[in-house]
Amino acid sequence: MKPWIAFWNILVKDMRTYYLKPPNISWGLIFPLAWTGMFFIKSGSGLESIMALLPGVVAVSILFGTTSMLAVTVTFEKKNRSFERLLLAPIPFELLMLAKTSGAILFGVANAFVPVVMAAFLADLSLIAWSVFVPAVFMIAVASTFLGLFIAVAVSEVFEAQTFSNFFRFPMIFLCGLFFPIEKLPVFLKPLSYALPLTYGADVLHGAVHGGHAMPFILDLSLLGAFCVGLFAVSLWNIKRKWIL
Amino acid sequence: MTKDTHTIETSNLAKRFGDVVAVDSVTFDVRPGELFGFLGPNGAGKTTTINMLTGLARPDTGSIRIGGIDCTDRPRAAQHLIGVVPDESNLYPELTGFENLCFCAALYGLGKADRQGRAKELLEGFGLTNAAGRKFSGYSRGMKRKLTIAAGIIHKPEILFLDEPTTGIDVASARQLRQLIADLHRAGTTIFLTTHYIEEAERLCGRIAFIVSGRIVRIDTVEHLIQPVQEKHVVQIACANMPDDIRDKLCGSFPGLEFTTQGQGLIRVESGEPVRVGPLVRFLEEQGGEVAEARRMRPSLEDIFVQITGIEADAMRKEKEKAGGGQ
Repeated sequence: MKPWIAFWNILVKDMRTYYLKPPNISWGLIFPLAWTGMFFIKSGSGLESIMALLPGVVAVSILFGTTSMLAVTVTFEKKNRSFERLLLAPIPFELLMLAKTSGAILFGVANAFVPVVMAAFLADLSLIAWSVFVPAVFMIAVASTFLGLFIAVAVSEVFEAQTFSNFFRFPMIFLCGLFFPIEKLPVFLKPLSYALPLTYGADVLHGAVHGGHAMPFILDLSLLGAFCVGLFAVSLWNIKRKWIL
Repeated sequence: MTKDTHTIETSNLAKRFGDVVAVDSVTFDVRPGELFGFLGPNGAGKTTTINMLTGLARPDTGSIRIGGIDCTDRPRAAQHLIGVVPDESNLYPELTGFENLCFCAALYGLGKADRQGRAKELLEGFGLTNAAGRKFSGYSRGMKRKLTIAAGIIHKPEILFLDEPTTGIDVASARQLRQLIADLHRAGTTIFLTTHYIEEAERLCGRIAFIVSGRIVRIDTVEHLIQPVQEKHVVQIACANMPDDIRDKLCGSFPGLEFTTQGQGLIRVESGEPVRVGPLVRFLEEQGGEVAEARRMRPSLEDIFVQITGIEADAMRKEKEKAGGGQ
C-alpha cells in the first residue's frame, strides 16, 4: 500500500500548488466560456446550435486545459530540479508518472463540465447519453494529458512547452471534427485527422450529445485508449532516455 | 544487509556525454557507517558519480551495488535505502518548510502521523521551527540548505549522499551544517560526501577519494594521506619588494630547505627539520624585501591534494564560489 501514499500526496500537492490556484481556476472557467460564446455567435443559428457546438467546446476545453497545465508544470519542475525528488522516490516509475498526470486529468474533466453546466441553462440536456459522454470526457482528458506529457518531455524550457503545445493544439481544433465535419475537409487532410486522438473523442461526444457519429463508440474509445497507452509509453521511454541520462 | 557487506561498491564505472568523458574507470567502496569524502575540482565527475549511484544517471560501463543490491541495470532498485541531498536546494518553493518535509516523507510511504511527527522533529533539530510555516521560496540560502538536508533524511536512510552541502552559504550556517553531518555520522548513517572544501573533507571524513578529470587518483584515510606531510615543517613568509630571482638566491643560501614562491609576495619554505625563521627573514630584508609576516603552518590535506592533483586548492575554491556563491 505504501506507493499509494506517494501517489495520493503527489496528486494532492499538484492540485494545491498548480490546478487549484485562482489563475488556473479562472482559466478553466473563462476559456470554455470564450469558446462557447465565440462559436455560438459565429454559428448565428440561435439556441438550436448549442447541442451541435457542445461536443467541440467540451473537447477543446479539455485539450487546452490539460496540455497547458501539464506541459508547463512538468517543464517547470524539471527546470528547478524538484522533479529529481520524484525520480529518487522508491515507487514504480509508471505509478509516479500516473500520479504526476492525474491532477491534469482531473483538471481536464472539470474543465469539460464548465460548458456543460453553462449549456444546461440554455438547452435541454436530457437527451445526452451520459453513459457514453462521461467515459469519452475521461478518455479525452487522459489522451490530452499524455499528449501534454509527451510535449513536456520533448522540451526543456517553459516557453517552448507553450509553443510546442500550440503546434499540436490549434490544428486539432480544425482537423478533428470538433466544429467542422471531417468529411468536408480536403482529401489530403483527412489522413491527418485520423492520426490525431481527438478525432475519436470528438466523434464519441457528437454521438453522445446529438447522435451524429461516424464510427462505433467502442471503436472510437478503443482507438482513444490505444493513443493513451502509446503516448504514455513513448513519454516514459523518453523520460528514461532523456532525464535518467 | 550484512555487517561485512560494503554499503556502496562500484567497479570500473564510466560515463560519457558525447565526446566528453565525465567519469572513467571509477572503482571504490564505502563501508557501513563510514563518512566517505569525494573530493575534486569543478567538472571532475563528482556529481555524475553521485547521479549514477542514486539512479539519476545510467553508467555506460561498470557496476554498482548499493546495500548489497545490484543497481547496474536497475538504477532505481536501492532507492528505499538512500537519501539524497543534491548540490542545489530543490524543494518546492510554493510549499512551506513543514509541508515540504511532509511531502518528501510521503514519497517514502510514511503515514500521516509519522511524517508530521518526523517533520516537526527535524525542523526542531535543524533550528527551523519558527520558519516551519513559511514558504520555502522565502527562506535564506542557509535555511534552504538545512531544509534540503532535513528532506534527505526524513525517511531515516541507511545511506546519505550529500552533494556539496555547504557551497554558497555563510560561515555560521556552514559550521552548523558540518555539525549536523557529524551528528548524523555518529548516529550510524553511512555518508557519501562530495565537496571542494578540502578542510571540510579533512575535518569530517574518515576516507577520501580524490577525483580529477573523471578518474580517481588516490583513495585513503585522512591519517594516511596526511602522514607524509605531517613530518614536514612548513613556514610561510609574506614579503613585499622581492627581487625576481629570490627563489634561486634562497636555494643557494639555504641548501637544506625547499622554497616555493606562491605569487603576491608569498614564499613557502619546507624542510624535514625545524625551520629557523630568523635567518630567513634577515636574508630577505638584506635582499631589499619587506617582510610583513612569517608563520609556521600546520601541514594539511590541502598540501596533499595539491601534490597529487597539481591543482591549487585556492583556485578550485574560487572557481566554485564564482559559480555557486561564496561561503
